[in-house]
Amino acid sequence: MSTLEIVDLHASVETDTGDQPILRGVDLTITQGQTHAVMGPNGSGKSTLAYVIAGHPKYRVTQGSITLDGTDVLDMSVDERARAGLFLAMQYPVEIPGVSVSNFLRTSVTAVRGEAPKLRLWLKEMKEAMAALSIDPSFAERSVNEGFSGGEKKRHEILQLELIKPKIAVLDETDSGLDVDALRVVSEGVNRYRESGQTGTLLITHYTRILRYIHPDFVHVFVDGRIVESGGPELATALEDEGYEKFIGAARAGASS
Amino acid sequence: MSPVMVPATDHAPLVVSYDPEAFEVPTGREEEWRFTPLARLAGLHEHPQATSTARIEVSAPSGVTVTDVDVAELEGDASAPPIDRISAIAWAQASTITRVVVPAESQIEDVIDIVVDTPAGVSFGQLRIDIGAFAQAKALIRFTGAGVFAGGIQVHVADQARAAVATVIDPAPTAVNVSRLHVRLGRDASVTSSVISLGGDLVRMNASVEYTAPGGDAEFLGLFFADGGQHHEHRVFVDHSQPHGRSSVTYKGALEGEGTHTVWIGDVLVRANAIGIDTYEVNRNLVLSDGARADSVPNLELETGEVVGAGHASATGRFDDEQMFYLRSRGITEELARVLVVRGFFADILGRTRIPGLAESVMTTIDARLGVSDLVAEVLGDGDDGQS
Repeated sequence: MSTLEIVDLHASVETDTGDQPILRGVDLTITQGQTHAVMGPNGSGKSTLAYVIAGHPKYRVTQGSITLDGTDVLDMSVDERARAGLFLAMQYPVEIPGVSVSNFLRTSVTAVRGEAPKLRLWLKEMKEAMAALSIDPSFAERSVNEGFSGGEKKRHEILQLELIKPKIAVLDETDSGLDVDALRVVSEGVNRYRESGQTGTLLITHYTRILRYIHPDFVHVFVDGRIVESGGPELATALEDEGYEKFIGAARAGASS
Repeated sequence: MSPVMVPATDHAPLVVSYDPEAFEVPTGREEEWRFTPLARLAGLHEHPQATSTARIEVSAPSGVTVTDVDVAELEGDASAPPIDRISAIAWAQASTITRVVVPAESQIEDVIDIVVDTPAGVSFGQLRIDIGAFAQAKALIRFTGAGVFAGGIQVHVADQARAAVATVIDPAPTAVNVSRLHVRLGRDASVTSSVISLGGDLVRMNASVEYTAPGGDAEFLGLFFADGGQHHEHRVFVDHSQPHGRSSVTYKGALEGEGTHTVWIGDVLVRANAIGIDTYEVNRNLVLSDGARADSVPNLELETGEVVGAGHASATGRFDDEQMFYLRSRGITEELARVLVVRGFFADILGRTRIPGLAESVMTTIDARLGVSDLVAEVLGDGDDGQS
């Protein structure tokens, strides 16, 4: 049973005027089989949490720890984290001109699994995974994310999730920019992989809409760089009705006391 | 970008001569020399004497003849005269020309393999390939060695003949290679020329094509990979002087490392009588690290508007931190990410050279320069070579 444990995590971003603190003491434990939703207003630092877990070089961890099954994640390079079983579905996937989706996926899967899948089996696996996400087969020969629509980019992220099969998946605003049909297809993909029981999922979102499709076991409210309240699915319902204002006020009061 | 209209023949050579003294020693401020680090030319512009001998070895399939001929035999209309001081010196200093002849109407399947070895010191060499009318042939010319070399390759493709010529410049890291490749096309003749520069300290390659009759078709491909402070300069001159010709120029370069510099100059001249021609030239560069610089200058001069097509494009892109982060976040190591991106970038060029086995050997060389690992070889070598 894999566990990702985040303890008292502080991180800052480099700016022209020095380091700007963004994460201010995050505590969160995600175990395989669980789904956690982290919800927060714009600018709360929830996407930074996703990037820090993945190891983006722009952010500097100043305090605290992240471990995967007891192993120090912060000590690993970006690609080592991925090979250790962490996956980040990005809010803004990056275009890689000249690299075909097919080559990219096969290279990635080979790196994570530690051996190249047999070509024939691999082509079958890739085609089936693409079909399940209603991705046209011609996508395999297109350059990674180049000229993809918003929905195509997100489906491509979830395609990677299903092929890479991580232990812990972080989905950063995967719902943003999706129409209802695309949201349903993407959510079905996430649910298919969740049902395998192999993954712990950290779903980062601004809106409750995606939680109608992907049902979390735990909901955390994220304000000013930390979790200010945790609960079950009912917390999402409360957020949908009342918004973040109550928590923002409480967080500010708490920070100033 | 829209075509740049400039005075007629602005980019054709102003002086052509077999006499080196007909050309001034450049100061570095001239348009055609302003990108070149003259100090790294090892004195080729002054009065260089050969201190070494370039060895030109031809492995010719049956039906192809190889002879050494006196340079005087090929002066005048028999070849294109030198266009600058170094090419004139290289002509004057080469006592003989290695001449490869593919007889008319012959179909040569095997590649004519030519090695130009340039040992330490200064050496000069001239190579001439004649493809007879209606013949078909392929040639691979490879530059090796550690010396300073200046020379010329002329390829004459007679009426309706079809040629594929690849020139691979991959000498030792100390080498200087200043070469000229000139193609002369007869009526309805076609050529695929691939110029690939990988090695050396300084490479300056001037590739040109002239049309002696209507209907000639030139595909000019170029690939350059430079790192560690190398200077690779590719200049192309397409001289459309006959009607109904076609030219397609595609050069791609990847570069990395402090002080590394690549230059691409693409000059296309469409003379007044060259009606109905179709030309397109493009240069793409991929900068893999800070400190490397790519210059790219396309020039298209149209003296007639009666063309089927005329265009050019140039773009230099960067393999940036966000792309690297994306690939690494999928478990792909830094070195593998670079190989993946560079392979993808060069795949279309290498797929069009018409020289069997060339794509694999060039990619193997580039992989090694990028620091390939066993895992890379395993991923990329298993029947899924590059882009399909």
